[in-house]
Parts: sequence; C-alpha cells; structure tokens
Amino acid sequence: MLQFDPAIDFKLLLAVPLIPLFGYAIQIFFGKYLPRKGDWLLLTGMFVAMCITLYMAAKAISAGYAGEEFRHNSLDHGWGFRWLYSDRGSEAGSGNIVAGIFYDGLGAGMLAVVGVVSFFVHLFSVGYMHGDRRYHIFFANISLFTFAMLGLVLSDNLLFLFIFWELMGLMSYLLIGHFSHDPNSPRIKFAASACKKAFLTTRVGDTCLFMGMAILYYKFETLRFTELWELVRVTVEQNGGEYPGWLTAAGLLCLGGTIGKSAQFPLHIWLPDAMEGPTPVSAMIHAATMVAAGVFLTGRLYPVFSPEVLEVAAIAGGVTALFAATIGTTINDIKGVLAYSTISQLGFMVAAVGVGGVVPGMFHMLTHAFFKACLFLCAGSVIHGCHHEQDMRKMGGLRKFMPITFVCMLLSTIAIAGIPLFSGFYSKDQIIAAAFERNMLLPSSTATFVSIALPAAALLTAFYMFRLIFMTFFGTYRGGQAEHHVSLAAAGHAHVGHAHDEHGGGHGHAHGGHGHGGHGHGGHDHAHGGHGNDHSGHGHDHDHGHGGHAHTPHESPLPITLALMVLAFLGVFGGHFWPATPTDPLAHHGTWFQKVVSHDSLYGEKVARFVEARQHHALGPQAVPHDPEHIEHAKHAAHGKAVVVSLSVAGAGILLAALMYLWGKIRPEKVVGVIHPLYELVAHKYYWDEIVNLLVIKPTMALANSLKWIDEKLVDGFVLLVGFTQRAFAFFWAWFDRTIVDGLVNFVGLVSQSLGAITRLVQTGRIQQYAAFAMGGGLLAAAWLILS
Amino acid sequence: MQEHILSWITFLPLIGMAAILCVPRTNTGLIKAISLAATGIPFVLATWLYFDLFDKSSANLQFVQRLDWITSLGAYYYVGVDGLSLALVWLTTLLLFIAVPASFGIEKSQKSYYALLMLLEVGIIGVFVALDYFLFYVYWEVMLLPMYFLIGIWGGPRREYAAIKFFLYTLAGSVLMLVAIVALRLQAGTFSIPELMALAQSGAMDGSKLPGGGELLGMGFQTWVFWFLFVGFAIKVPVFPFHTWLPDAHVQAPTPISVILAGILLKLGGYGMLRACFPIVPDAFRANTYVLGILGVISIVYGAYVALGQSDFKRMVAYSSVSHMGYVLLGMAALTEWGMTGAALQMFNHGTSAAVLFLVVGVIYDRAHHRDLNGFGGISQVMPKYWALTTWGFFAALGLPTQAGFVSEAMTLLGAYQSADTRFQALVVISLIGIVLTAAFLLWAMQRVFLGTLNAKYKDYGDMNAREVFCQAPFLALCLILGVFPWLLTDWMAPTIKLVVGTLSKSA
Repeated sequence: MLQFDPAIDFKLLLAVPLIPLFGYAIQIFFGKYLPRKGDWLLLTGMFVAMCITLYMAAKAISAGYAGEEFRHNSLDHGWGFRWLYSDRGSEAGSGNIVAGIFYDGLGAGMLAVVGVVSFFVHLFSVGYMHGDRRYHIFFANISLFTFAMLGLVLSDNLLFLFIFWELMGLMSYLLIGHFSHDPNSPRIKFAASACKKAFLTTRVGDTCLFMGMAILYYKFETLRFTELWELVRVTVEQNGGEYPGWLTAAGLLCLGGTIGKSAQFPLHIWLPDAMEGPTPVSAMIHAATMVAAGVFLTGRLYPVFSPEVLEVAAIAGGVTALFAATIGTTINDIKGVLAYSTISQLGFMVAAVGVGGVVPGMFHMLTHAFFKACLFLCAGSVIHGCHHEQDMRKMGGLRKFMPITFVCMLLSTIAIAGIPLFSGFYSKDQIIAAAFERNMLLPSSTATFVSIALPAAALLTAFYMFRLIFMTFFGTYRGGQAEHHVSLAAAGHAHVGHAHDEHGGGHGHAHGGHGHGGHGHGGHDHAHGGHGNDHSGHGHDHDHGHGGHAHTPHESPLPITLALMVLAFLGVFGGHFWPATPTDPLAHHGTWFQKVVSHDSLYGEKVARFVEARQHHALGPQAVPHDPEHIEHAKHAAHGKAVVVSLSVAGAGILLAALMYLWGKIRPEKVVGVIHPLYELVAHKYYWDEIVNLLVIKPTMALANSLKWIDEKLVDGFVLLVGFTQRAFAFFWAWFDRTIVDGLVNFVGLVSQSLGAITRLVQTGRIQQYAAFAMGGGLLAAAWLILS
Repeated sequence: MQEHILSWITFLPLIGMAAILCVPRTNTGLIKAISLAATGIPFVLATWLYFDLFDKSSANLQFVQRLDWITSLGAYYYVGVDGLSLALVWLTTLLLFIAVPASFGIEKSQKSYYALLMLLEVGIIGVFVALDYFLFYVYWEVMLLPMYFLIGIWGGPRREYAAIKFFLYTLAGSVLMLVAIVALRLQAGTFSIPELMALAQSGAMDGSKLPGGGELLGMGFQTWVFWFLFVGFAIKVPVFPFHTWLPDAHVQAPTPISVILAGILLKLGGYGMLRACFPIVPDAFRANTYVLGILGVISIVYGAYVALGQSDFKRMVAYSSVSHMGYVLLGMAALTEWGMTGAALQMFNHGTSAAVLFLVVGVIYDRAHHRDLNGFGGISQVMPKYWALTTWGFFAALGLPTQAGFVSEAMTLLGAYQSADTRFQALVVISLIGIVLTAAFLLWAMQRVFLGTLNAKYKDYGDMNAREVFCQAPFLALCLILGVFPWLLTDWMAPTIKLVVGTLSKSA
C-alpha cells in the first residue's frame, strides 16, 4: 500500500526543503508588508512540509515492518544536481560533484522529526515572539534554518552535507544574535558576542570536517556515502583488516566536525551561550537541528570510522555526558539547565556510536529531539508566563498557574530521566546496554569508563531535571514580591547561570522606575486574561512591566500550549508506542526504530557485516572472532543489566532531587558547604571558558597584534627603508652632482675662463699690436727654421 | 563587428574618454552619462561574448586579431580570449560599470576623474586580451598612470604618499618584467605569448641565444626570467612580502577606486602569472612550485592574522584581500586541475566579494567620516538594510557554502591536497588556520560595528540609499549565483584549464 514510488516521491522529498526555502525568500523581501508579517505563510508551508515528511516516513516504517530494504537514491533514477560542471561537454565532467537525494530509514526518521519539531517551533513562535521588532526576519531565518537541516538529512554525499551544515552555522549565528539588534533587550551585548562565539567555535570543527573530507576525496575520488562505505570496506579488507593511518586521520577529522557541531568537549562552550537566542531558537538548535546534525553525521560516516576513532568518540562522548551533567546540577537558570542537559545527552549519543551502538545512538537523537524540544518550549512558556524571568529561584509553585505547561514539562522530564513507557527510556537504555555489551565482549579501559560514566550521567540527569521541576512548579511562588525586584537587579550578576538569561537583568531594569509596593495583583488579568495575541508589549518588549500584573505568572496562549501538548505526546510515545503492543512495554521485541533502522538497512548487507566484524575486532586474518552464541549471550546479559541499572539510577536521581528540593529533607546549602571546592569548580563550569580564553583567544590576539606590528614596522619598514636609502642615495648623488660633478664642470669652466681671461689680454683689438705679434711670430719661425 | 569585438570592448572607453574631454567641466551630468555609456556598452558586449559568441567547448584562443604594429620591434597588435581571460574581462566591464554610479558622490574635478576612469578600463581590459608581450607591457603601464592620479588626487589625507608608494612599487616590478621580456625577445625572436609558450614546450627556452647562455646573477636563464616575471606579478597580487603598498593604497583611495583595485587590479597579477609567466618558463616554474605554495600559504595565514589585528575597517578589508589572494597562488602552484580551477575561480570570486566589502566600508565612511572599528556600535538598529547586505557580504567573503567564495576555496584546497607533491598536504592543513581566522576578524568587526548597543552619535543615520544598494546588489547576487551554480564559470574555464595544467606539468 505504502510503496516508495520514485516517480513521485523524490519530487515530494525535494519539495520538503524547498518549501521553507521559498518561504524564506518571500518572507525576507515582502514579510514586512504581509498581513501578520507573513507568519501564516511560513506556518502553512511548514505544515505542508511536515505532512510530506510524515507521509514519507510512514512508507519507510511500513517497509521496515515488512522487512524490505528501504534505501533510495534519486541518482539511480536519473535525478541529480550537477554542481561544478553542467553535463554539457564530457571533458569537463572529471571530478564533478553530482548530488542526489538519499532517503533511507534513518533519513526518514530524522526528516520527520525535523519536520514535526520545526512546525511546532514555528507555531510556538507565533505566540512567543509576538510583538518582536524583527518578527518577520525571525520567521524568515527560522525557516531557512529548517531548510538547511532538511537539506542536510537528504544529502547523499559528504560535500552537500557540509554545505547545509555550514549554512546552519550561518542561521544559528543570525538566530542566536536575534536580540543583538534589539535596543530594548538588556542582553543585547551578550547576544552579540554569543552568536559570534557559536559560529567561530563550530567553525573550528567544521574546518576539521573539511580537512577530513579532503582526505577522503583525495583517496577515494568520491564523497557519496554509499560509495565511501563500500570503498572503506574494500580498502580495509585489502589492508589485512587494519584501517590505514590516513583513514583514521580522516575519521578523526570528521569526528572533529561532530565535536564542534554537537557541542562535545572541548568545543561545547558555544552551546550554553547560544541560550542568548530566543527560546524557540534554542528549541530548534538543541533538539532537531544543528546539534543533531553532528550526531547524524556520525551515523552516516560510521563505517568510515576506524576502531581508534570510535575509541575517541566513546571517550569524548562519555566525558561530555558526565561533566555536562555535573554542571547541570548547579545552574539556576532554567534554560541553562536545559543547555547543559543537551550537551550531556549529546554525549550519550556520541558515546553510543563510539561503543558500537550506532542504532541506539541515532534512536536517542530522535527521541531526544521530541522531549528536548518540548522541554525548551515549556521553559519558554514558563519564561513567558513569568514575564521573562529565567531564574528558577524566583519561580516555584507554577503548576497551579500554568497547568498545561506543567504537565507537558513533567512528561518530558520523565522521558529524559529514562522511566519506562516514556521514549527516553527506550533509547537511553539501549545506549547503556550497548556500552555494557562492549565491555563484556571486549573489555577495555574505554569501555569500562563509558559503562560507568553513562549511568552516572543518567543519575545526574534524573536529579537535575527533577530539581528543575521541583524548583519551578512545586512549592510556593517566590517571584512577584516587591523585594524580588531588588534581589533581581542584583541577581543579574550574582547567580551562576547569568550568562544565559535573556532578560534577567532587564526585568529589574524595566521595573526600576515603578513603585512596586503599592501594586497588588489586581493587574493580573489585564492584557493576559484573554491569552490571545492581542496584548501588545508581550513577546519581547521589555517595557511591559507596568507594575502590578508582572507579579503573577499565567498560562501561555494557545499556539504555545498546543505545540507543547503535541511535542509532549511525542516525547512520551515517540520511542515506543506501547499502547499498540501492551504486552511488551519494555520493547523486548524492539521499537519501531529498530524495525526500520539496523546495520543492514543503514549500510547495506556487505558493509553491515563489515561493521559488525569491526565491532568484534574480527577483521583481518589474525583476529579471533567471537563465537556467535557468546555474542548473543553477552547481548542478552547486557540488556538485562542495563534495564536494572537505568531504572535504579533514574529512581535514585529523582529520589535525591525530591529529598533536596521537594521535601527539603536535605538542605542544598549544606551539601554545597560540604563539597565547597568541588561545587565552586563545577559551578564555574570547570573554568573551561576561562581556560579557552587564556590558551586560545588571548594568544591568537597577541599573535595578530604582533604580526600587525611586524607588518607595519618590519615588512613595510623594510620597504620604507629601501625607499629611504634610495632617497638618501639620491640626495648624496644630488650633492655629489652639485659639488663634485657640477664642481668639476664649473672647474673646467673656471679654468677655461681663466685661460680665456689670460688670453684675452692679448686680444686688444689694436692693429699695430697684432702686426707686432705677427712680425714677432714670423721672426721666431724663421729663426727656428734657420737654426734647425 | 563580431570578429573585432575584443577591440570594441577595449577601446570604447577610450572613445568615451575623448568625448568626456570635449565636454565642458561644468556639465557633470553629461560627463556621468557618457561614462555610464562608455562602460555600459562594453559590459553588454562582454556579456554577449560570454554567453553567446564564445565557444566554451574549445580550449583555443578565440576572437584573435593580429595586426602589424611596431614592425621594427616585431610587436603586433595581437589580442584574443580563452577560458582564463574571458570571465575576467566580463568582470572588469561589470566592475567599471558599477564604479561609475559608485563615484557619483565625488565632487572634485569630475571631468578628469571620469576621463581617467575610462583610461583605466582600457588598460585593464587590454592586459587581459593582449597576446603580444610588448602590447601586454604597454597596457600594463597604461593602467598604472590613471591609477596613480586617481589615488593621488581623489584620495584621503595621505593620498600622495600612498599613490607614490603604489606607483613606485609597481614600477619596480615592471622594470624587472621589462628586463625579462627583453631577454625573452632576444632568446625567442618573438613577443607573441602563444609562440613563446610553444617554444617553451619544445625546450627552446634555454638561453642559448644570449651571451653567456643567458645566465644572470648566477641563475640559469629560465630561473631568473621566472623570478623576474614572478616578482613583477607578485607585487600586483600582492604576495607576501610584497604587499605593503596595498593597505596604504586602499585606505587612501576613494571607495570606487578601492573596489576596482581589489576587484580587478589584483587579479592582473594572478592572471599574468598564469598567462605570461608559468607557461613560458615551465621548467623553472615546476622547480619552484613548493616555494610558491609556501608563499601562498603565508599570504593566507599572515594576511588573516594581520587583518585580525587591525582597528581600521578598510585596512582590515585590505589585509583580507592579501589573505584571499593567497589561495590563488596556492591553487596554481599545486598543478592539479582542481587547484588551477580553484585559483581561477578565486580570482573571479574575490573580485565580487572584495568589491562588496569595500563598498560596505564606503557606505559607513561616507556617513561617519572615520573607519575606526571601535568607534561604531549597534549600527544595525538604524541601518537594517545596510546590516543585512553587509552580513551577506561578510559571509560570502568568509567562504560560506552556497556563496562563490566557498567553491573556489574548497576547490583550491582539495586540489592542493591532491597535488603530486605531497608536501602540499601540510600546506593545506596550515592554510585552514586562515579559514577560521577570516571568520573571526569579519564577525568581530560585525559585532563591533553593527551589533550591541547603539552608539548615540549615529542614531540619526539614514539607511542605504537606492544607489548604494544598486552598487552592491550585482556583486552579492553573483556571489550567490556562482556559489549555487559554479558551472556558470567552470564550464567555460574547464577546457583551457585542462590544457594549461597539461602543458605545465609536462616537462619538455
């Protein structure tokens, strides 16, 4: 019924990225003049695109359940985009890049997730960004961002993936810097530097990826994924089962791209700062796009990575997962917690790929997209509802004021914590199982480290996420008192996560001129009661804090809550729709994702066998392959253990959070006091920003300034010196000319003049004298003739 | 007309110049109109030539015209185009055409200004189409003169210093070139560049016809001729360490002249190497490719670092040119098809992106009358259109994919990595530093000028006017179009490049 039809479906797939692209083009030029500044246009477009992605994903899923191979490349059907040379003149065709659309199970899943999340982010933005002074530009940019991610997913070769990858860098730059144009935003300066930081940090990774690409192209003369996999397999097999050194180098460089884009240690620093962007942008960047692109790349290049590269990925992912989770426990900014949670979850995915669990890694990327998008949008709703307050210490008890947001956020939090029946459990549990399995079959210090780091990070995840829930939604509302403004004005600098709140400082600022004491909560209903979009001064102008109404949080309008509800639903059921198979709630028979995506469906049978052999170090003649039964047994044991471990760490984390922040049995201040130096270290994010500043930025600037000095003083100085010596030389010769040469001339003149003067004496003009001279001369001549 | 189209393109501006000289100096409207026509018609002709007349499947020289000129010297009026020069001719006509409206703000002695601008176009196009070395040299010098006056009269406060520096520096290179050209004439008995190339292929460039085997300063004939020509062209590119005239000339030149300088004059250096240096002394070139590669990479990285250290907007852009032109040298030296194509593309693409950058600087300088990067702030709030176009220009310049700069940089680097000389791989890795640094200095400038809190001094500034938008728009459009469809250039270049790489890498 749902068969892939190349004749139509490639056109539909092409339409998916093109719709937001055209939307962008219209919006950027005419958005200002359209009614409602054109948001409906992009929203409709994204809705159509989302429907196509879902329809296409349904085809992939039904093929997966039917056990059919589902890998399509439009080039096989004569559909391609010729990039460097047009097809005229076969001479020119050498080294041409022809891009096609590549659509497989992973691509289908990713495309659908991007489509869905993007649409709901668009929808959310209608409510959230209302009243923004660059509303139409915001919509245009977020559409182009979506286009870039959709294009990336559909690329069939590394170069085009890279093109969209970089394009996303641009869009993140523009969107993170959205408030850097807004004079009313108190965070204007921070936004201006955050966007630059994001672009430059990821560009370091991008440059690595480019270099890796150069090596791959140099050796294989193709960048098409399917060909790369096959060529790698052949190369390694011809090389006696070993990855050649250059392939490892290429793999490491490509992994560098992932480390930059997916914010892995040590290039994670841009991501927390990216919170300066509007909240919908954070949801985009941290859920469906940008950071997911890095993980998606590891999925596409998995066969290219040598065991050494995977080792590095495992370590990078494990370290990132754990250390970001520790930071997450200390942050008071609601978006800051989520930012570090994203870094940590990305660490899970990269570590999963590192230990050989590419399928769970990709699965987690998808489930994470749903619940993290939901979490961010919920946080946005909270911030919106609390009048641009982001400090959780100023919240509390919000579940009464904003029940929809509360329920959605709670569901997503349970999902990210890894409780069964919620999507995050299925994927995270598989990742931990993959790490355990790896450690059983091939014990190594890396595998052991990952097997410990990931569960520890999972425990911390459950802890800090429930800390967030308890601080925000439980207890009593701590904002809105008159004194709150006083503390808030100071809070901009005092609280640890201050770099992440868009409006924290400005809140106090906006209220600064009002006398708060006299205002009750009477203004509560005004402007917000209707929940419509008619209340001006909502959205992001910060001067809306006219005293009274700012004191009571409120539920967000419908576009916002609708987006939350749908994403929360997907956050629960996106991993495993257990109501359909109620007998198998733990998904022992696999989730939909495992049906659709496996090594075979990802890379084709040959490469899949190769990848599995590599996983068990069974490549090459000297390797001793594991007994298949042994592998099966280890798999089974690992999964059993993983379920127990994930459940207990999740439970322990939640319990701890409840003890500290819900029931108050353990006072957080006391804990901080006990582990004070450690807390300081973590609360300052391990001083990593400061270290980067000291080791990278300052030396670079020092070098730039000294080279500037050298250029002006030495290089140009040399030129000037040459000029100067030439001039000095010229002056010398001019002097020489004046005094010596000309002097000589003058001397000659002088001599001849003197001679003339002497001879002139005889030139008297008197005939008698001349006759006398002539006579004398004649006599002298006669005498000489006679005498000789 | 069709067979003489190159001469029409070259000399129409000269006719324009003559016409301008006949107009009274007060009738500036007519002078501007004549200038527009005298640059616009060649642009139309060049477009026609590019898309219709030119046979892009051929690697041969086309529209060749060879007339007797100075018979006693053996110099001919000998012109023609191939895939290498065609795109640059087209870009020249476009740039000069845009330079006219971009100059409408200039008030001082407009008559002489536009007359000199016309003469400049003659010189530049002449260099690109000349196939006779003597003619080439004459055009090369013709171009120098108007440039000297355009900087020296219409420039900034230190214009005379900058103009003389530019003039003398280029002249020093020209002298070296002249010596080499004379030696080539003595050796080969011809000024014809294609004939010189053919002789080089047959191994006749050995200095045997010169006294002492053509040795000079202890270097063999090819070696010294190569270095003399190379330095002459390298000054123009400019290649480190011959670049220091550039920032001064740029900073002092008026905006349209900076645009021409960066957009097209620098390309003459790269084009000259490819047309009139490497293929004529190929053995010496092959022996020194690695040195050229190193010079290219130094230009890339060093230029980017120095740009990062600048606080003057225009100086920063000037150094970014040094950095970007380094790719041209690197790509050519790698001696691969991709490297050479990348270099040829980079010449064109830097022409468009550098033009935008200098126009961007011009817009703010016209309003603020200073260029101190630290003296602005938050300009995007009052000039959103200006910010948007600048962002586009900056990202085009830093080589964002979908912009033309990416294609040429990527091809250059991929091509250099494929070089038969594996030492180039290390050079590629080093040049990547330049990619990150370029993004760094551009985005930092963006932050300082456009983002953040608005400097109250500038709160009344008006956004870009239609003329300013019109000047930038074609270049930005080219950046995008050629980034998405690079075959609009590469299809035309490919046969010639294949031929050039083939002949260069084949030893006689």
